[in-house]
Amino acid sequence: MKRKTILDAAGIQRTLGRLALELAERLQGCEGVVLIGIHRRGVPLARRIADKLSEVEKVQVPVGSLDINLYRDDFSSAGTAPVLRGTQVDFDIEGRTVVLVDDVLFTGRTIRAALDALVDLGRPARVQLAVLVDRGHRELPVQADYVGLSLNTRREDHVELHLTEFDGEDALLLETQITAKEGRP
Amino acid sequence: MNWRHKHLLGIEGLAPEEITLVLDTADKMAEVATRPVKKVPALRAKLVVNLFFENSTRTRSSFEIAEKRLSADTLNFSASTSSVSKGESLVDTILNIERMMPDCYVMRHPSPGAGQLISGFTKASIVNAGDGAHEHPTQALLDAMTIRQRKGGFKGLKVLIAGDIAHSRVVRSNIHLLNTMGAKVTVCGPATLLPPHIESLGVTASTEFEEAIKGKDVVMMLRIQLERQKRGLFPSLMEYYQRYGLTEERLKLAAKDVIVMHPGPMNRGVEIASEVADGPYSVILDQVENGVSVRMAVLYLLLGGGEDVSAH
Repeated sequence: MKRKTILDAAGIQRTLGRLALELAERLQGCEGVVLIGIHRRGVPLARRIADKLSEVEKVQVPVGSLDINLYRDDFSSAGTAPVLRGTQVDFDIEGRTVVLVDDVLFTGRTIRAALDALVDLGRPARVQLAVLVDRGHRELPVQADYVGLSLNTRREDHVELHLTEFDGEDALLLETQITAKEGRP
Repeated sequence: MNWRHKHLLGIEGLAPEEITLVLDTADKMAEVATRPVKKVPALRAKLVVNLFFENSTRTRSSFEIAEKRLSADTLNFSASTSSVSKGESLVDTILNIERMMPDCYVMRHPSPGAGQLISGFTKASIVNAGDGAHEHPTQALLDAMTIRQRKGGFKGLKVLIAGDIAHSRVVRSNIHLLNTMGAKVTVCGPATLLPPHIESLGVTASTEFEEAIKGKDVVMMLRIQLERQKRGLFPSLMEYYQRYGLTEERLKLAAKDVIVMHPGPMNRGVEIASEVADGPYSVILDQVENGVSVRMAVLYLLLGGGEDVSAH
């Protein structure tokens, strides 16, 4: 197994800064825009993007969090029930532009569940998706509107985002399984 | 911390972290009821059979609402209208329903240990909704959720449970839970309604209500079943009220920020005065509301297995 740092703390800061600028540009001043982070790591990312928007654009964008564990599509699976983190959206999303925020876009199943969870809270005018990393391998027709970094990965690789809020450091890591053929001793 | 039990038959034997997990999950479930769409698909296509061999309106309704909020399919089976009234045994009833592939039974039964018995005949999960005078775990959990909302925790909390201690499953589940979480429990009632050796469960017992209520943070009143009087366990309802009824006067002896609880249904003017039941210290209707959240949490933890998509 090989572990490689793709982005360090400064790299993550820069990428988030660029995402925020892109949001501000495309959404023209962020009127009626709300950010909703998907648990777990989408939540601090949404907060950080909102902070950048208030720095650069001088706008306060409401931030909420979405727990999608009650909307999964693997109901028949065995195992224990995932711990709930809770949905907290203390503002009306009716008629707003909701930007969903997640760390890694992979199969697209998380976003499918998030869209189901979101429409139970109200009817937004539009929903967009911002992710820090798009690593490919979609299983559903899902696409992000704002991508911090596109990463070529193999399906069996692990992409892991560490955030100071949970892991004590900011880092984007790629773990690859090296097969006997390609790997060096 | 993840849930590792297949059934919820009682509070006895649950670890403090497991109780906390149920309460934390219930807190999250409470948010679902505040949404425009009060329903989530978590238990879609799971079949939950509500088996009630004793009358119960509120517990059954509370479970049914919890099941529906989680999108489970429900089947209600009550003893009075079923094959049980034609003489079918409990095990035969289960073996028959079993072939309809249920995922969970929610069962109330007059015999202690009925849940334990049927667990040997089913592949489904079992939630005990009251078995004789043994346990009623979801009641204790909803009481705990209500206490935690008001008091922030349980450590060192002084709790009085008063009334018919001997015939109450609610008491047993609550004693196990409150002791496990570090509260100090006193039980109080007339000697005829206090079981002998109740102290062996780790509580203080008293027959003097005004003495027992002094300085308590939580006062939980139990329903006096009118048929107990016919059996001569106390002289009259009026006399019971005079010695053990929770009046405004007596409530003044408790802690300043006391909360008053009752599992319902209440007998106003028997175990509790109307002014207290409807007064500022009462959290009785919060208990009802929390009942749905706690039952959603229990059903989710027992049946909602799967991959944690938010962990990454």
